[in-house]
Amino acid sequence: MTAPSEKQNIHDYIAAFDDIPGTRVFTAARARKGYWLNQFAMSLMQPENRDAWKADERKYLENWQMSDEQKEAILARDYNRCLDLGGNVYFLAKVFSTDGLSFAEAVSTMTDMTFPEYREMMNKGGRSPQGNRSIKGGY
Amino acid sequence: MARITAGVASSHVPLLGVAVDQGKTGDDYFGPIFAGYEWTKAWEKEEKPDVVILVYNDHASAFDMKIIPTFAIGCGERYKSADEGWGPRPVPDVEGHADLGWHIAQSLILDEFDMTIINEMDVDHGMTVPLSMMFGQPDKWPVKVVPLAVNVVTYPVPSGNRCWALGEAIARAVESFPEDLNVQIWGTGGMSHQLQGPRAGLLNREWDNKFLDMLIGDSDAARFIPHLEYLRETGSEGIEMVMWLVMRGALGKKTKCLHRHYHIPCSNTAIGHLVLEPTE
Repeated sequence: MTAPSEKQNIHDYIAAFDDIPGTRVFTAARARKGYWLNQFAMSLMQPENRDAWKADERKYLENWQMSDEQKEAILARDYNRCLDLGGNVYFLAKVFSTDGLSFAEAVSTMTDMTFPEYREMMNKGGRSPQGNRSIKGGY
Repeated sequence: MARITAGVASSHVPLLGVAVDQGKTGDDYFGPIFAGYEWTKAWEKEEKPDVVILVYNDHASAFDMKIIPTFAIGCGERYKSADEGWGPRPVPDVEGHADLGWHIAQSLILDEFDMTIINEMDVDHGMTVPLSMMFGQPDKWPVKVVPLAVNVVTYPVPSGNRCWALGEAIARAVESFPEDLNVQIWGTGGMSHQLQGPRAGLLNREWDNKFLDMLIGDSDAARFIPHLEYLRETGSEGIEMVMWLVMRGALGKKTKCLHRHYHIPCSNTAIGHLVLEPTE
């Protein structure tokens, strides 16, 4: 708990996020890096853009100022890589919705489980926070 | 005089909207989730609120990366259901209450909350799922809605303390609206869930229930929970719970719990639901 009067130092605030296992917090740095990747994904909100994307994905990406790494990560549906390159899951959701994937199935591809294994874990109460809260602290 | 008569908190998982739209709310998977909302549906029919101030977050539907308002208030006449990539949900348009929306917006700005004002936007599952959970499938929503969108996607998101204080200011604004209106405030999103990275699927029943406890009675401890605690304990998307604090802040010093429901899982998410009444 933080006392009401305590003001957070922005550098400490951001640095602390790196201590969370298996998580990329969507910081300003990631938002800047992933700007066009996320805006590309956003474009799939329009039905006509979804059609153009489905017809030729690589060609569709030519219109976006994304890095080659970002384009390859999207074409490969490597969502962890997309997160590393500044993608945000709510934007990437436009891509996997267009693919006809449920949120749970798309999310499972970022874990070390198959979708049936992931679904079973969720039905049994989800991933435990135990040992998953802090890298340094190991708790 | 307008008055805030109750607060409602609820998760807003998109799959719940799918269950409603496809008639699956009674099946083995969804039945236990929807059963926990039956009490509230009946209660809402009795209460007949005129307006709901609906605190929610947009999921890259109305707002993209171009403009990221921290707190934004809807002052429009009506909002359509957004196409989130699979076509818009087949739900009625959401009717705004432009007079109350503008009154709250103006009052908040004078009260030093520098709001972004929205006149036109589409609304996504963050708003339409809670409406479906509380009202089912009517031809027309039985309330007008003042949308209050909070950025909980790009960091830093607003602190819990600021969200709570915004709720207090909303209550002051509502009390100074001359028309006699029964107003509810809803906080949506949460509870524990993580939709990204190798840690995806994290749920935390114990922490979530501690959070529910904290919103009942006269404690204000929840407003001081730091972002890092939500991230560690409730997953990267658990941060949505700061939106519940806007609702709690608007209910004043003390609350009474009228109804409580918790269920794991719905897709990737823990479902939490509270109905609270201000007691003074």
